[in-house]
Amino acid sequence: MSTRPRRALAGTAVAGLLALGLTACGGAEDQGPVDTASALEEGGEITVWAWEPTLEAVVADFEAKYPNVTVNLENVGTGNDQYTALQNAISAGDGVPDVAQIEYYAVPQFAISESLADLGPLGASDLEGTFSTGPWDSVHSGEGLYGLPMDSGPMALFYNQEVFDRLGVAVPTTWDEYLAAARAIHAADPNAYIANDIGDAGFATSMIWQAGGRPYQVDGTDVGVDFTDEGTKAFTAMWQQLIDEELLAPVGSWSDEWYQGLGSGTIASLTIGAWMPANLESGVPQGSGAWRVAEMPQWEAGAHATSENGGSSLAVPAASANSALAYAFTEYATTGEGAQTRVDGGAFPATTEQLESADFRGKEFEYFGGQKVNEILADSAANVVEGWQYLPFQVYANSVFNDTVGQAYVSGTTLDEGLAAWQEQCITYGSDQGFTMG
Amino acid sequence: MTTSTKQRLPRLRAQHRSLTRPRRSPLLTALTLIVLVYSLAPLVWLFINATKTQADLFDSFGLWFGGDFALWDNIQQTLAYDDGVFGRWFANTVLYVVAGAGGATFLAVLGGYALAKFDFPGRRGVFALVIGAVAVPGTALAVPTFLMFSQMGLTNTPWAVIIPSLISPFGLYLMWVFAAESIPAELLEAARMDGAGEFRTFFQISLPLLAPGTVTVLLFTTVATWNNYFLPLIMLRDADWYPLTLGLNAWNAQASTAGGEAIFNLVITGSLLTILPLLAAFLLLQRYWQSGLTLGSVKE
Repeated sequence: MSTRPRRALAGTAVAGLLALGLTACGGAEDQGPVDTASALEEGGEITVWAWEPTLEAVVADFEAKYPNVTVNLENVGTGNDQYTALQNAISAGDGVPDVAQIEYYAVPQFAISESLADLGPLGASDLEGTFSTGPWDSVHSGEGLYGLPMDSGPMALFYNQEVFDRLGVAVPTTWDEYLAAARAIHAADPNAYIANDIGDAGFATSMIWQAGGRPYQVDGTDVGVDFTDEGTKAFTAMWQQLIDEELLAPVGSWSDEWYQGLGSGTIASLTIGAWMPANLESGVPQGSGAWRVAEMPQWEAGAHATSENGGSSLAVPAASANSALAYAFTEYATTGEGAQTRVDGGAFPATTEQLESADFRGKEFEYFGGQKVNEILADSAANVVEGWQYLPFQVYANSVFNDTVGQAYVSGTTLDEGLAAWQEQCITYGSDQGFTMG
Repeated sequence: MTTSTKQRLPRLRAQHRSLTRPRRSPLLTALTLIVLVYSLAPLVWLFINATKTQADLFDSFGLWFGGDFALWDNIQQTLAYDDGVFGRWFANTVLYVVAGAGGATFLAVLGGYALAKFDFPGRRGVFALVIGAVAVPGTALAVPTFLMFSQMGLTNTPWAVIIPSLISPFGLYLMWVFAAESIPAELLEAARMDGAGEFRTFFQISLPLLAPGTVTVLLFTTVATWNNYFLPLIMLRDADWYPLTLGLNAWNAQASTAGGEAIFNLVITGSLLTILPLLAAFLLLQRYWQSGLTLGSVKE
């Protein structure tokens, strides 16, 4: 599979959109290159919907640099809450922001409904090579380029060294070792678990991604969902054992119990995106010095395959009244100075310049006992397995994950059966929405 | 109101008997204690946990103090966090309460007085409307209100929170009943005979008589506006106009955001600071509150 299979399918995508009865207003496609410099000079006011905390500093710098521009940064909610608000505003045709933060998994959904402006003609096509390939792929849909990567979440194994030492367990480098470590940890301390999981769509899809599974095949409006490929099976076979042997803490991520477990050492590790250090530092202060980062466990010893978990882009809604200025801000915030400001604020970048810089890679994290954490995380960014696609209705799909796959964690259903039920629901929903489901 | 007084008479007599010969019931005492613990436990929990550092919050027992007494630190951090945005939210909340609850009370007093003391066609219709409006929860109206305000271009402004807060059907009803009972028609007649205009009669004669009811309505609407969450949630996008309820929620959500800073200790301390003004209002005004609640329950 090539780097960007979706690009070849422009014709079908457009035809499909018309078949869907969606208004293809085309965004800024026909305007030709836009002079962002004069837009910045002229100034104006734009509204940005984002929850990313480091953007506040970026906005301040941006406004200082371009005094004629006013940026209203509004936090409309994290993830789903914001997508609902955005979808409502787009439907109502009123109150649509000029720039919106959209996670990679949600980009196709907004892109296929032509809710987002194609940033290519606005100047984004010149940015090829600026971002690492995983995120850069993720902002493409069909022939369009619907956002600029803001941060990324290449996965790594974050683990509590003290717990592993105390229980005499070696840090796993393969998933086989991981399973053995999970057993050893729980056997040595019945209160301790190697990880927590009660069913998380983002985590499961990222795991399948790393294992080489490609359950989603999207070709314009032709959408395939198949959770029976080899990669998926590899993941479910291993993870099912963890569930069956009750080796996972029954705690949802981001809950109070989760933070408590991470602090007390009952949750010994996390396989999670590279943005995690900031959350650990503020949310688990008592773990300072105890935590370390290692490469994500591998399916084959000696391999270096990773996947992305989370991460988001900045996109310009098609309804923005000032797309030139909106794009100018988006480019500023995601590249060069803006990216640097965000890295300094603790964000994990998607730009190769920052990922490869000696400053970034060489930074010693006191929280991680002086470890140069970014080296591992940046390498993970470079090792993301290519060719993953999300559904053009992934937001919906993720919202029904717990009703289907989540059953595997609380009843006799297996992960495979759960995934089959999830597949079923996605296919039904996709057909109802006018996609050709295969 | 005579019929309702008659119906209440037997109960009053029973109460009267037990007041003259008070019997102590262990069961009732125990029940009261349970209710007391039930009501105070959240406050105690809140106070205890506001004294803890973020690490202690997770490491120490929830219902007792942790290692460090960090209350002052927490308060300082709460007030300083994010360039003192807590102060801004506090000021917003005060603005919404003063304009919203104050305005609602003023309108309720005016309307209740007019409905109780002036006879005009359509009074019954208004009565039915008000009673009906009491039954509709504000939450159900929030979305239609949002759509309306959105068309008028008022969303994301303080007006979107203040204007809906001005409407208090329950307050209006309470003032109506109170005005009907506490202002004798003869008094108004006397005032008019002496040549007082309607405004003078209202402000100098009726308003002082209405004071206990007014305070009650003010307390009701203050509590409602102070705790208002859903309406501002759908109306406001700009964090600079958030009331405390939304602001604290935003702080809480940081812990579940990738790259966000978890500040559980500030959320808890902020919550404690948020309820202090309400506690003060209750303690200072509670005798009015009580006399307001027992309105019309005894015939003098």
